Amino acid sequence: MKNYWQRFKKSYFFYSFKRDPVAIASFIVLMVLIATALLAPLIAPFDPYDSASIDIMDAEIPPSWMDEGSAKFILGTDIQGRDLLSTIIHGMRLSVLIGCGAVMLQAFLGISIGLISGYAGGKTDAILMRIADVQLSFSTLMVAIIISAIFQVAFGVSQYEQMAVPLLVIIIGVAEWPQYARTVRASVLGEKNKEYVEAARVTGYSSKRIMVAHILPNSLSPVLVISTIQVANAVMSEAALSFMGLGMPVTKPSLGSLINSGFEYIFSGSWWITLFPGIVLVIFVLVINLLGDWLRDVMNPKLYKG
Amino acid sequence: MRHLLEVTDLEVTFALRFGDLTAINGIRFTLDKGETLGLVGESGAGKSVTGFAIINLISKPGYISGGSITFEGRDLARLPDEQMRDIRGNRISMIFQDPMMTLNPVLSIGTQMVETLQAHRQISQTAAEAIALEKLRKVQIPSPEKRLGQYPHEFSGGMRQRIVIAIALLTDPALIIADEPTTALDVTIQAEIMDLLLDLCASEDMGLILITHDLAVVSQVTENIAVMYAGKIVESGPTAQIVKDPRHPYTQGLIKALPGSLQPGARLNQIPGMMPTLTDIPPGCAFHPRCQFRASLCEQVSPVLFDLPGTRQTAACHMVAAKTETKGWYPSVSETQPVEGMHHGA
Repeated sequence: MKNYWQRFKKSYFFYSFKRDPVAIASFIVLMVLIATALLAPLIAPFDPYDSASIDIMDAEIPPSWMDEGSAKFILGTDIQGRDLLSTIIHGMRLSVLIGCGAVMLQAFLGISIGLISGYAGGKTDAILMRIADVQLSFSTLMVAIIISAIFQVAFGVSQYEQMAVPLLVIIIGVAEWPQYARTVRASVLGEKNKEYVEAARVTGYSSKRIMVAHILPNSLSPVLVISTIQVANAVMSEAALSFMGLGMPVTKPSLGSLINSGFEYIFSGSWWITLFPGIVLVIFVLVINLLGDWLRDVMNPKLYKG
Repeated sequence: MRHLLEVTDLEVTFALRFGDLTAINGIRFTLDKGETLGLVGESGAGKSVTGFAIINLISKPGYISGGSITFEGRDLARLPDEQMRDIRGNRISMIFQDPMMTLNPVLSIGTQMVETLQAHRQISQTAAEAIALEKLRKVQIPSPEKRLGQYPHEFSGGMRQRIVIAIALLTDPALIIADEPTTALDVTIQAEIMDLLLDLCASEDMGLILITHDLAVVSQVTENIAVMYAGKIVESGPTAQIVKDPRHPYTQGLIKALPGSLQPGARLNQIPGMMPTLTDIPPGCAFHPRCQFRASLCEQVSPVLFDLPGTRQTAACHMVAAKTETKGWYPSVSETQPVEGMHHGA
């Protein structure tokens, strides 16, 4: 373990990280956000899901530094009287959960399909890639709207509230797998003609083994890069869906549904309900993208900047 | 005595869009345990395809369209893939030209060696590592225990080729096919690797097929030699004999072209013209457009390998046949007299 740490400290990866202040700052911010999200029940001052602790009389209290603010609610409260800071922390937890879950599903589908497609070639490749094209030609939002609308009608709203998280993971996961499939396929095509693959075949390995143990590890660096950007995209998709009322229900708000619920009150002066979750969302997506950019530069040293 | 490997009338065809293309056209040779055979020829003569055909791994659209490859009593040309996989890398190992490319860059040497063993045997991690260490010692890698955990990029070219050889040896194969194993290495290392390979073949009693375009290498190291031209073997036999007394005009040309046979400063002898591409091989003997001894028979009938009397040499040339006055399929022809109506041959 110590040995690995020593090696890591000497690696180019760590070296270039140390020299990039943007990457360091993004990494720190991201870690803080993720830690807050994961430890939400411990950190948040209130439990926004506990309806007993919510008092409707506390509704729409502005942030504490304003005249009408209360020291109890640092960022104010939403229209139902929930502490906004706690709701944001819990909402972020949901957003991260859905984002990561969706990306894992995308990666699983996309990597398997891309690997098979690239390695098999020929007809298999053509069919799988056309399916990917069809999938990509529908926008994520459209697919998501249709599926969640159908689900809400078929199972009723109360059922939907319980199923919202896995459902969103599946919707966003299925809608975006072709991104992975294409990336993996492209790098598999590059790898499969290299001699070590031929050597592996000559050694008598099965196709499955060659694909999984030999080609896949060599094709992973672009996957790592798009994964970061896909997490940001998935979080954005989730927020967009929730904003349109098709994502997380108001009783279990994610960042998107928080922004949505505050949006209706923005003209009555309660700007904070929309603004703060919005800022958190923007920062979250921004730092992931910045880290993704840095990762791309590290993984692909041929791509010089400016 | 039964041979270790017996290739009979092997034909390899590539089904291309514009029609079939025969890359290997009826070659035959045999190899015994502990014997070394050099397969020599220009680029595109079909040497490597022959190598891949032996392990039945010709990439699409190519396939073995005829003949048989008998190895340890089984015909590899017709073996189901499942059983073939057990022979590849187990009974027959292959070594490629570029050791920079044949090792997987993301796996450590130890992992790759253990994996190879586990693919063919029920063997524990520690037992496999012990065998790996033993083979690394055999190819003279210093401090192999330390090297086992290292990755391919931490080795030099010569070291890597040693490791590739060690991997080939892991399962104690009966036959090694080395496809230009020294071409990518520098000259001093070339000799080392070649010596190592030959020593190992002798000590482990393995058959070795050395595929190369370098007649000079083959002439020094292998017992037997087979010269390929445009998908056929044109001459074969014991190396010493062929180098001393080549019969086929192509082999003669190759040997004359070696720099060693000349005074310093003199121009190298070369065979005029180029080897035909497989798409337009001339009728009759494929070599006839470049051959100074050709007769009209050569333009019509493709010659077949025949044994030269009194030697262990074989050659495929009408003119040699005529000189040695072999009867049978070969009509005797004189070099001056044009021959008509010889279409029934071959």
